[in-house]
Amino acid sequence: MKRAIAGLHPWLLQRVTAVYMLLFIVFLLAHFLLDPPQSYLAWHAWMRGPVVSIATFVFCVALLTHMWVGVRDVILDYVKPLAIRVAALTLFGLGLIGLGAWVIHILLFAHG
Amino acid sequence: MRKPVFFNLTQIQLPVGAVTSITHRITGVLLAVGIPFGIYILDLSLQSPPSYARVIALFGYRSFKVVALVFIWALAHHLFAGVRHLLSDIDIGSRLQVARRSAWSVNIGGLAVALFAAGALF
Repeated sequence: MKRAIAGLHPWLLQRVTAVYMLLFIVFLLAHFLLDPPQSYLAWHAWMRGPVVSIATFVFCVALLTHMWVGVRDVILDYVKPLAIRVAALTLFGLGLIGLGAWVIHILLFAHG
Repeated sequence: MRKPVFFNLTQIQLPVGAVTSITHRITGVLLAVGIPFGIYILDLSLQSPPSYARVIALFGYRSFKVVALVFIWALAHHLFAGVRHLLSDIDIGSRLQVARRSAWSVNIGGLAVALFAAGALF
């Protein structure tokens, strides 16, 4: 039973994150086409609004999750020797955690 | 059972759906490589007025525009191919004829977005 559903979790994650990112990108594109920020102050003020900063944070979580599932599949397809495979997955995972920390820093700093 | 392996690249048939599929993967890797730079640019744009001005100035460089254009094409193709994937999950466009047509739409759609972006950038 566990075998039968083993691939479902990442499969579903990839799709849920994709749909959220699609909606966010449409929202972002609409904002930049209809009311593009004309200055640092306008851009900064827009980004630190509660709705935008939370939506951006969720976008980044979705993006990093989506990257994990996608690049993990690529690594599993092409990197066969176990030691190198584990090393590649570990390095990539740590890199994503680093990117996540960076994004949190940026968004919190924007509020400072 | 071993999977069959056939690596004669000159004889492998590559129908349009396969082009869309492998390009979905390639653009995914390209985007993954580009994301850290995207986060860096987001960081710069929010730090201070001078660093915001540096981001604006970046878009004046030809080489930066080319890289941005590749990223935009990769994003557009990856997004369209992803939507095609989601539709096929709910069994829309599974018939071969429809699948071929949607694969062409994805490939051309990605290039069309890149063309628009090129017009806006250059």
